[in-house]
Amino acid sequence: MDFGPSERPAGAAPLPTAVKILIAGGFGVGKTTMVGAVSETRPLRTEEVLTETGVGVDDLSGVEQKTTTTVAMDFGRITISDELVLYLFGTPGQDRFWYVWDELALGAIGAVVLADTRRLAGCFPSIDYFEERGTPFVVAVNCFEGARQYRLDEVQVALNLDPDVPVVLCDARQRESSKEVLITLLEHAMKTREARRRAVVTD
Amino acid sequence: MTAPGGAAEHEWVDDHAGPVVRPYAVTGGRARPVTGTFDLISLVTATRTDVGSESGLGPEHHAIVGLCQRMQSVAEVAAHLDLPVGTVRVLLGDLVARHLVQVREPRATPAGLPDDSVFEAVINGLRAL
Repeated sequence: MDFGPSERPAGAAPLPTAVKILIAGGFGVGKTTMVGAVSETRPLRTEEVLTETGVGVDDLSGVEQKTTTTVAMDFGRITISDELVLYLFGTPGQDRFWYVWDELALGAIGAVVLADTRRLAGCFPSIDYFEERGTPFVVAVNCFEGARQYRLDEVQVALNLDPDVPVVLCDARQRESSKEVLITLLEHAMKTREARRRAVVTD
Repeated sequence: MTAPGGAAEHEWVDDHAGPVVRPYAVTGGRARPVTGTFDLISLVTATRTDVGSESGLGPEHHAIVGLCQRMQSVAEVAAHLDLPVGTVRVLLGDLVARHLVQVREPRATPAGLPDDSVFEAVINGLRAL
């Protein structure tokens, strides 16, 4: 899917547009909780139905062998202004649905990778994915009660992160805390863009 | 159901049957929209308050036009109608072809991302929440 200019009348006044941020991380790490904490409505759920063929309504024979999977995504909305709406999408937890991830990541302005220090490995696939794709991301350590507190630099080393990637603590249930994570991400994404622009110029 | 076929028949009536059958029923079997690509965050606005007597449209088309009196993303339309996104894309294609809804694709530069002013606006908007 591309973002063609076909529907955009040239020279028109700015019309409402939407941007998205992804909230990723392992199963049960608090993705939907964070979406709900900052969204103006309770999180909504949308589903993609994936079938082996994608079409074939008339061919009912063999349906019982067809693998059909429903991938659910929770998301929320923050209306920034009359012209701008921010959507937050929780990524599907199952790592095998990269097809859906690709669609979600396309045009995303960045991603938050939520981490639980008791199950740090849960966020490895998300980090690998965004690193490979070049999507700016921050790691937000969700402070679960009872979890041992690690220093952020310890987490940084444990995750083998590029030193530029911000690692922050958060409480995904709290609106203020989740807002701060998103702001950190946006600032990081702007810096990343600037750095890439400069790299292009000096090449 | 007492059909002797065993598990195969019964797959039609378990929880998985719904998502398999409903998308095709609602779109008359079509899996691709007649026009448009429809990103999850493309914004949809109805151009009319009522579909009126347009023929060939189903209740879901009417529901979308009703819902999009206020601007909604494709993802929101799908969530509110409780239909898979792929199905909603087909329905939206029908409505775009009849000029019953307008669709605004996400803002992006040729590099694939919005410009800095959008980042700044989002940061300021979040701070003001």
